[in-house]
Amino acid sequence: MLSYVGRRLVHLIPVLLGMVFIVFMMIRAIPGNPAQVILGQQATAEAVAAMNVKLGLDQPWYIQFFKYLGGVLQGNLGESMRTRLPVADEIWPHLAATMELAFFAILIAIVIGINAGIVSAWFQNSWFDYIAMVLALVGVSMPIFWLGLLGQWTFAIEFSWLPTTGREPVRDPVNAITHLYIIDTLIQGRFDQFFEVVRHLILPGAALATIPMAIIARMTRSSMLEVLRSDYIRTARAKGQKMFWVVYKHAFKNAAIPILTIIGLQMGMLLGGAILTETIFAWPGIGRYIYEAISFRDYPVIQSGILVVAFIFVMINLIVDLLYGLIDSRIKYD
Amino acid sequence: MNESKRILEVKELQTTFFTDSGQIPAVDRISFYLSDSEIVGIVGESGCGKSVTSLSVMGLVPSPPGKITGGEILYNGRDLTRLTDKEMRRIRGNDIAMIFQEPMTSLNPLFTIGNQMIEAIAIHQSEMSKKQSEEKAVQMLKLVGLPRASALMKDYPHQLSGGMRQRVMIAMALVCDPKVLIADEPTTALDVTIQAQILQLMKKLNTDLGTAILLITHDLGVVAEICERVIVMYAGQIIEEAPTSVLFKDPQHPYTQGLIQSVPDMRLKKERLYSIPGNVPKPGTILTGCRFAPRCKFAFDRCISENPELYVTADVHQTRCFLYEERKVKMDGNNTFVDS
Ligand SMILES: Nc1ncnc2c1ncn2[C@@H]1O[C@H](COP(=O)(O)OP(=O)(O)O)[C@@H](O)[C@H]1O
Ligand SMILES: [Mg+2]
Repeated sequence: MLSYVGRRLVHLIPVLLGMVFIVFMMIRAIPGNPAQVILGQQATAEAVAAMNVKLGLDQPWYIQFFKYLGGVLQGNLGESMRTRLPVADEIWPHLAATMELAFFAILIAIVIGINAGIVSAWFQNSWFDYIAMVLALVGVSMPIFWLGLLGQWTFAIEFSWLPTTGREPVRDPVNAITHLYIIDTLIQGRFDQFFEVVRHLILPGAALATIPMAIIARMTRSSMLEVLRSDYIRTARAKGQKMFWVVYKHAFKNAAIPILTIIGLQMGMLLGGAILTETIFAWPGIGRYIYEAISFRDYPVIQSGILVVAFIFVMINLIVDLLYGLIDSRIKYD
Repeated sequence: MNESKRILEVKELQTTFFTDSGQIPAVDRISFYLSDSEIVGIVGESGCGKSVTSLSVMGLVPSPPGKITGGEILYNGRDLTRLTDKEMRRIRGNDIAMIFQEPMTSLNPLFTIGNQMIEAIAIHQSEMSKKQSEEKAVQMLKLVGLPRASALMKDYPHQLSGGMRQRVMIAMALVCDPKVLIADEPTTALDVTIQAQILQLMKKLNTDLGTAILLITHDLGVVAEICERVIVMYAGQIIEEAPTSVLFKDPQHPYTQGLIQSVPDMRLKKERLYSIPGNVPKPGTILTGCRFAPRCKFAFDRCISENPELYVTADVHQTRCFLYEERKVKMDGNNTFVDS
């Protein structure tokens, strides 16, 4: 098991290296030059050339690449060309903001999606099943930006129940410690602020959760329907077990592997969806951070930002693969 | 015959499947009983309604599409068809237990043997402590002849052979001391030597624990091995019933005769096994006459137009065939049993 994890991590190295290389080449293909963006349109050619030297952009691309790579291998993600601050320091608050949002969203998606799917399968062809599955069908085909705007318009503007944008009350910002505000407000005992932070999470969280929730519900239902026909389900019922436990213990554990797979995939998609949601809700997350870096041609930020997101993506996949073995002892890692 | 208590008595049971292609009376007004500590066999070709009969008794007919549409199932005089879900759950596993044909798929692959054994105890004997249940489970696994029972508790089903799994199923079914065990083709999926071992085990448990067994099978050889009495089913109906020795000596219904002829006999070393010509009627076909008539070499006009009743042809023998009408001893008019 440990050696399996070790081998998986070793296999990740070429994947991440290849990705760093592709991103490195791609951003250099975008028209525009960081020095020019930093100095402005009026800057003289000499000033731009001097800036290029300062940023190391005058060197051949492979020198730049290996310099960057060498840094990354030592845990140095480079320095923002715009703010001159280390990317590693800058990135965490943004990453924390995205993680908080994505975690909130996936939690909603998992809790509601799985239970809706289970109950739909249990009471197949009931009105609950029909309504849940129609909603799920609508849910998967809903564009995030449209959902986000609809939510903002209804709950923030029309009814003023929830804040339109942002992560915290403007007049009472959270005193950041871990940058995960749910935790920060709790450890400081600021329950009023905690409540505000949750209120800010609801609209973007719901917008982000809708599609994964619908997909998880549908997968759970079909996986459960198949399992509920099994012989061991009949055995459990023949023992006199309550239907609730037959469904939630015996059936669900057997249905869990395809559901887990889809959750892993959806968490990856969520990182992508977060960029759109962050734009609509002015959420100061990693998506917006990278997006802004692109418009400033801030090469190190773009490279390292994408590297960090990719790393999280592959780690999620690894964790999902390890969870399979926890569910089913027949799955061996070797 | 000594009079013992009828623990289970099925009267005029009818179970119907409501499918897109119409109503299928998979079990059509059957009546039988099971006395305390008795082993009774139900035989018949595949599709004749044996499993549906046993699932009806357990209250586990897949619904939809299936439903008990008539009759009574009396357990200790209580009609199970009228019980609520909750009352029926208390009967299942506790008073009437069941084991199934497929030992390979009848245990949950993701839980240990111990977990599934203890679950069965916890459902009906919640007053037992974890440790007591564990001991009881191990004791039961030993009783069904499983070696290294305590280590087995931590094993998953896939680590066991088919025969061992069926032993685990039997142990699990009997762990709450049910009065009745329904075994639906418990040995069909096993190879011959294991099959004999499992049958001997069931016979032994019947003697030691006094559990009455309703043994369902398509194989008369299995019946001959351990059953005291046999019920022969054909197309949803009972067509003959007799004590095992009587049935083998004097099979009356042409279908039963055919079944007995098709039992493999080692001594005769026949080239090919006899098999009854033709097929079981397709489910849902409406038959006015005797259901076996299309395959019967003795069939005459009346057999096509009229379905015979179950004639009591001897004290302990009943047959649904016109050939025995004159031999009937006494009959109570609605196909149910007459007390002997
Ligand atoms: N789930 C079901 N849906 C529809 N019909 C069924 C179902 N289960 C059983 N039946 C009907 O009941 C008949 C008897 O089935 P069964 O009791 O399983 O036969 P067997 O004697 O082989 O155990 C079948 O031929 C079929 O027509
Ligand atoms: Mg069957």
